[in-house]
Amino acid sequence: MGTVRVRCRLFARYAEVTGEEVVEVTVPAPATVADVVRQLRAQVAQGHHLPEHPLVARNREHALPRDAVADGDELALLPPLAGG
Amino acid sequence: MGTSSRYCRRSPGARRVTFVSRGPIAIEDLVAHVASPVRGATAIFLGTVRAAPEDGAVSSIQYSGYEEMLEDELGRIVTEVETRWPGVAVAARHRLGDVPLGQASIAVAVGAGHRTDALDACRWVVEEAKRRLPVWKREIFRDGTTAWRDNADGRSPGEPVTLE
Repeated sequence: MGTVRVRCRLFARYAEVTGEEVVEVTVPAPATVADVVRQLRAQVAQGHHLPEHPLVARNREHALPRDAVADGDELALLPPLAGG
Repeated sequence: MGTSSRYCRRSPGARRVTFVSRGPIAIEDLVAHVASPVRGATAIFLGTVRAAPEDGAVSSIQYSGYEEMLEDELGRIVTEVETRWPGVAVAARHRLGDVPLGQASIAVAVGAGHRTDALDACRWVVEEAKRRLPVWKREIFRDGTTAWRDNADGRSPGEPVTLE
């Protein structure tokens, strides 16, 4: 039973509130998006200000909390979208 | 085989052109890209920075984004619209950085054989862009203060994230 190392990225107000833009998170395998978000919230300063169920993108595509993550994935937490 | 109908795509022998603009969007370039003798209709949408009374003294909006995903996602939207409306040509750009009042933050041009397809496809691209693109905006007020602003129609935490 190994671990999964994920590169988490934070943007806009999420980066502002935590003071972080990139955070490496390691969780036990197998792991889901929700597992990584839970660990990230516990790991970073002010992580409790991040929503428990944020919008997320895995490897640059919108993802669901139940989606599996693999070692080396990039997971982005997306604040409410405001394009256009 | 004709030239690609997609703006900002890597095609054989062509340099990659980005969906993202760091300066004013050249609308005429987008229009020229979708123009064709077989397309009788061109629909253009420009989303511009405005100062609505309820927004207070906004002087500009600062757009930031997850740029790598923005490129990919806008590319996926263009691919999807070309599948839904075969034969249309789409050109789209989103601007990042500080955008002054009155200037466009997003521009979409769609060329089609007839107006219905051009208008419908253009609207679809704009709605999907607002719903899916990883872009955030911070309003800059004349007094120097700032505030994050969400789209009323953008996706937010807690919303279903299922995509079509």
